[in-house]
Amino acid sequence: MGANPQTIIDKLWDGHVITTRDDGDCLLWVDRHLVHEGSHHGFAQVRYRDAMVARPDLTFGTADHYVATRRGAIQDQDCIRMVRQLMQNCTDNGIVCFGDGDPRQGIAHVVAPELGLTLPGLLIVCGDSHTSTHGALGAYAFGIGASEVAHVLMTQCVWQSRPRRMRVRVEGTTGLGVGAKDIALALIAKYGTGYAQGCAIEYTGAAVRALSVEGRLTLCNLSIESGSRLGLVAPDDKTIAYLRGAPYAPQGEAFERAAQDWLALASDDDAQFDHEISLHAADIAPIVTWGVSPEQAAPIDARVPDPAGLSDSAKAEAWRDALEYMGLQAGQKISDIRIDRAFIGSCTNSRIEDLRAAAAILKDRKSQVPGLVSPGSRLVQQQAESEGLDRIFIAAGFEWGGPGCSMCVGMNGDVVLAGERCASTTNRNFKGRQGKGSRTHIMSPAMVAAAAIAGRLCDVRELMREIV
Amino acid sequence: MVPFTILTAPACPLGLENVDTDQLIPARFMQTPRAQGYRGFLLHDLRRTESGSMRVDFVLNDPRYAAAAVMIARNNFGCGSSREAAVYVLADAGFLCVLAPGFGDIFASNAIQNGLLPARMAACDIEALLHDPSVLAGAPITIDLTEQSVSCGNKTYAFDLRADFRQRLLNGWDAIDMTRSYAKDIEAFLVRDRAARPWRDPVR
Repeated sequence: MGANPQTIIDKLWDGHVITTRDDGDCLLWVDRHLVHEGSHHGFAQVRYRDAMVARPDLTFGTADHYVATRRGAIQDQDCIRMVRQLMQNCTDNGIVCFGDGDPRQGIAHVVAPELGLTLPGLLIVCGDSHTSTHGALGAYAFGIGASEVAHVLMTQCVWQSRPRRMRVRVEGTTGLGVGAKDIALALIAKYGTGYAQGCAIEYTGAAVRALSVEGRLTLCNLSIESGSRLGLVAPDDKTIAYLRGAPYAPQGEAFERAAQDWLALASDDDAQFDHEISLHAADIAPIVTWGVSPEQAAPIDARVPDPAGLSDSAKAEAWRDALEYMGLQAGQKISDIRIDRAFIGSCTNSRIEDLRAAAAILKDRKSQVPGLVSPGSRLVQQQAESEGLDRIFIAAGFEWGGPGCSMCVGMNGDVVLAGERCASTTNRNFKGRQGKGSRTHIMSPAMVAAAAIAGRLCDVRELMREIV
Repeated sequence: MVPFTILTAPACPLGLENVDTDQLIPARFMQTPRAQGYRGFLLHDLRRTESGSMRVDFVLNDPRYAAAAVMIARNNFGCGSSREAAVYVLADAGFLCVLAPGFGDIFASNAIQNGLLPARMAACDIEALLHDPSVLAGAPITIDLTEQSVSCGNKTYAFDLRADFRQRLLNGWDAIDMTRSYAKDIEAFLVRDRAARPWRDPVR
């Protein structure tokens, strides 16, 4: 450790700086660029300038936002065109694409980590805000807009200004039925959706260390919902074990040498952060959102809050508006809220561990409502089927779908109908997010399973005690 | 990109908090090529009733703000998805500036790419503007990027903007041309980085 202790955020940043301009902006090298159907604006700008993709070997495509995820779904021509356009753009530019039908296809933020395209110490960008997910492996990863996508395609670099550094500590041990999703939502509920604006987050503390890599992917995924473009977890033995043998990761001796470099990325003991916040894991209960912003969330055993109790009149108005949109009454028990539909999927919660958690609750039980499971990738789907999870979901009355963004954002035609209420493992409960007029309650996979069985929002701990 | 210096125009007192990019443009419109124009998608669902007619009580539909080029909102404007289309809808509807206490990080950089000024103002100053009778009447306000000020009648407020964002807007620089001028630095970086991170590139 040198005389100048550094955070992991500084180490990753400094390692990618090509040049620094007088106004403080830095030109950073991009190690991996992930493109999807929505990157079409970026490719159009490349064509408009008659330019070339600078580093097709560092660019990877995956079809996720518009692919069909339900068997026998008849998609409209626009969706089919969007997927074909991505595959064509990749072919034209010499980019490897995990397109429709490829055995590695799936959601970018599920596929890249499982294939070892995501590695500690890499800078990763994608035209999608949930790129923060990849921080779980100790990568510096953030979402960019279409103009930046075009810029990265043409230069393999991106201009950024150094973020402020925030350490988020979650100490202690989580209780029964509480996981990464609950930790992330509890942070946002406590500190608000803008708490980390302009910051890069490092998540630390015993409860974060205790999470599996998959749990960390969920936690880092939701960083953007706290206002931060990126959140990360320092690499440790779990990170190394997760990546060993992944097809695009270094192999053999080279991997072991790389692993030593990755472990050294951890923040130095005396490193200074600009902001620090904390939460005690033992205080977190299974949590659900009741409103139209991820910060409008409460423990499952609470009541829908009353805007009349707020001193901030603008906030009170926002809460009233949220309750009206969601069709809820202040003071009603959250566990009395009946649901019409359940969804398990999205870049937040569609990995094998998520599917196992939901299946454990659904085993030998029946869902009261229609439900859809969309595994995060073909590889996750295959793994789940080899474990028999698909049969548990189907026996419980769920539809077993294919991988994609699916009903999280509804772009592929899988939508929640207007006025319908959906218990969902996704990341955003914005108005109309899952389809025009849809009402979304975000929660963990186990909590969605519990809600499906009860036909209403339900404390999964009650069902877990039955299993025990 | 056209440089931004001084803007004098009416402001739309939207006043909402946490305006996410799904509200600015619902996802179902994002397949549209930019050349077709995004103006009609701005706050598409919020400004309409369930039957699809324009809500008369929605501020953006108020004829007093038909010529607005400035949007005034509460905190965390443009949070959520990274879709640059959330900036296209504002730009194509004639907006050149949004005033708010805070912005989604990705929205703010997307705005700069398209010549839209995301000006950060103190929450109390935003409240003052949202309640200012001349703003409400649709009278023009003046945004001066060099001075980083907003003038409304005889009152003047300050706004905040990252230094690099300010430079980009004032100069109307093209980022790609600028980056290409650093070709030698990029080459030098790649040479020293290969030694530092031999595991950097994907295995084939």
